[in-house]
Amino acid sequence: MEHAIELRNITKTFGSVVANNNVSLSLKKGEILALLGENGSGKTTLMNMISGIYYPDSGQILVDGREVSITSPKDAFSLGIGMIHQHFKLIDIFTAAENIVLGLPGKGHLDRKKLSAEISEISARYGFELDPDKKIYDMSVSEKQTVEIIKVLYRGANILILDEPTAVLTPQEANKLFDILRNMKKDGKAIVIITHKLNEVMEISDRVAVLRKGEYIATVNTSETNPQALTNMMVGRAVSLDIERPPVRHAKDRLTVQSLNCTSSDGVKVLDNVSFTAKSGEILGIAGIAGSGQRELCEAIAGLYPIKSGSISYIPADGGKPRELVGRDPLSIRQLGVSLAFVPEDRLGMGLVAGMGMVGNMMLRSYRRGKGIFTDRRPGKKLAADVVERLEVSTPSVSTPVSRLSGGNVQKVLLGREIASEPTVIMAAYPVRGLDINSSFTIYHLLNEQKEKNAAVIYVGEDLDVLLQLCDRILVLCGGRVSGIVDARTATKEQLGLLMTQVGGSTNGGES
Amino acid sequence: MTMLNFFCAAVLASCPLLFGTLGESLTEKSGNLNLGVEGMMFMGAVAGLGGSYYYEKSAENPVAIISVLIAIGCAFLCAALGALIYSVITITFRANQNVTGLALTIFGIGFGNFVGEAMSNAAGGYVVVSDLTKTAFNTPLFPALSTIPIVGKLFFSYNFMVYLSLVCAIVLAVFLKYTRVGLNLRSVGENPATADAAGINVERYKYLATVIGGGITGLGGLYIVMNSANGVGGVWVHNCISGYGWLSVALVIFAMWNPSRAVFCAFIVGALSVMRLYISLGIPDQIYNIFPYIATVIVLIFVSLRKKRENQPPASLGLAYFREER
Repeated sequence: MEHAIELRNITKTFGSVVANNNVSLSLKKGEILALLGENGSGKTTLMNMISGIYYPDSGQILVDGREVSITSPKDAFSLGIGMIHQHFKLIDIFTAAENIVLGLPGKGHLDRKKLSAEISEISARYGFELDPDKKIYDMSVSEKQTVEIIKVLYRGANILILDEPTAVLTPQEANKLFDILRNMKKDGKAIVIITHKLNEVMEISDRVAVLRKGEYIATVNTSETNPQALTNMMVGRAVSLDIERPPVRHAKDRLTVQSLNCTSSDGVKVLDNVSFTAKSGEILGIAGIAGSGQRELCEAIAGLYPIKSGSISYIPADGGKPRELVGRDPLSIRQLGVSLAFVPEDRLGMGLVAGMGMVGNMMLRSYRRGKGIFTDRRPGKKLAADVVERLEVSTPSVSTPVSRLSGGNVQKVLLGREIASEPTVIMAAYPVRGLDINSSFTIYHLLNEQKEKNAAVIYVGEDLDVLLQLCDRILVLCGGRVSGIVDARTATKEQLGLLMTQVGGSTNGGES
Repeated sequence: MTMLNFFCAAVLASCPLLFGTLGESLTEKSGNLNLGVEGMMFMGAVAGLGGSYYYEKSAENPVAIISVLIAIGCAFLCAALGALIYSVITITFRANQNVTGLALTIFGIGFGNFVGEAMSNAAGGYVVVSDLTKTAFNTPLFPALSTIPIVGKLFFSYNFMVYLSLVCAIVLAVFLKYTRVGLNLRSVGENPATADAAGINVERYKYLATVIGGGITGLGGLYIVMNSANGVGGVWVHNCISGYGWLSVALVIFAMWNPSRAVFCAFIVGALSVMRLYISLGIPDQIYNIFPYIATVIVLIFVSLRKKRENQPPASLGLAYFREER
């Protein structure tokens, strides 16, 4: 079979960092190749060189057996290479059709009717469902992805590169995407899918290429390998893939949320009659399609989001009287004696001050304890040093701005600070997003530790496999409503996927 | 009859605002917030006046149409030059757009007044174009039609600059809505990274939109200096632009970056600015004079309350684009 694309000895460095070192790879026509590797292993850099965003320092790229030089996204288009980025590159206020035709040469006047017809034709051929005249801001994540894929197909791409396409999809949507990818494969397209979800690799790919720290490790046939072998190749040593789940001991009600209703500033109902109880000594998972109210729920509990009606009551561990948290801001919640830790989704915006060092960030939670107008930096320094040591944060010094740390280290700093306050309730929103396997396991471990210390842990996650392995119970949100609370030990992924899209058929929770 | 006269005066007063608004709308659609409109109007005004003046002085038998074309050309080019300076600083060197725009305004005001005064001194008192050019700028474009009762006065009694500004508005509206290049330009202002990935040359679009937009605002300045509705025309008056540029910047928001809406918005503000001459409310003149500004403030408040996504400013407005930034 002929090679659609072949990379020979590609090397790319950024300053002193070697992102790709002597990588050779080939992609056949009509196959799906999974590119597997941890964060920072150079997968995206490698693919960006094929799609014209970066230019390799050395090495050759061959398309259809001819050596080519790809210096811009335009060159890539003309060679029939299309990349679907992880972060969609779409213009919100344009329609799908306008986004698809953007930047293409052609008659000065834009013939929208003809364009729509062409798009419908592509949709029909591969099995997409898309309204060409729908605005992007009205679309769900999976619809946006569809637009991205059609965009590259419309440009005549024969080689498609998808960067973590399923990260934002429900299992059902992911299956639909895989069906489409298989249709494309039948049509002779060559497809690269970048991912670190092993079960997807096993399901969809024909071959798997593994990168580790910028080095090419090997390419294997999917049918001849298994997840454990792939992980070992990816990490470089044997890693256990099982997330431990300590048994729940003396669970007591800690936080009771009743009929919580919140409305966004645009007047959209973001939380609709949400009720649940978080118990001490257990991890309560929160699942849902992105934008189903997870962020609002966490912020409402933390006292950061306006609440229209409902109650949030905190039951102290010493058996005291329940305390109402509604109508209080984070400071007065703390003054109430409620030790609540919140690890927000936006780590460097809401969680930490990006431009300050670890010491300053540690002090954000404690500076009020000082006396007089001057701050006492010593406790902050001590805590920062503690966190560095205990959580193995790799940073040049405790005063390096946290924005310069890698994603995993940033998360450790944030979680380290929150845990230091010995919380009785800890909420973590997408704490492992963007983290590699090792860092993720550190975070799981820390959360389990808190669980064993009898804290009530609320874990908002997107990877259903992780939710099912780590949590004790899982609450599923759909369009701001609770569509179900299931026992994580017995629930299945399919069950969760259904709950995520169910409630009253409303699935358009994607806006915010 | 008063209302008819009021309407006509309002149209005349709105013309420079419309040029300013259209030029700035085009600029902002590329994501560049150029606060130098006031300065570019000064530059256009003084260059247009100077162009006509020196043409008349050097030609034996000046021809009106050539004088007009020279004035338009000079005004456009000089204001575009101001916009080019702004573009180099903000697009190529990625300096802060607000600061650069304010600097351009200060520079333009100084440049206009300095060159204007210098020309006046050289001319021995004041620099003024001949009646030939003045008439060309101030007589109805359709003299025959303008004699039709009422309708003629309402629609056909204006000078060519008014019609030019309306044509500009229509062309711009069609360009942005129905052409590929217009779509590409809008994408640059919304999300330059996306436009870049789609193969659009972001820098080129930004440069062209900003420079051409700047040139269009210069025509507004030319209109102000040539228009004799206030009694004088075709002569350099110190500080003649006096805030029209700033009103234009506000009008862009009022019109929500939409050229066809700009026509109506400019008309309303134009009407408010000449109201005191036609409608007596028995209040001091100074209060009339602040009407356009009060209206602007009120409108800005209401516009900020509106939530429709299409009516929001271009998403990347005011931000420099740098491809390597991730």
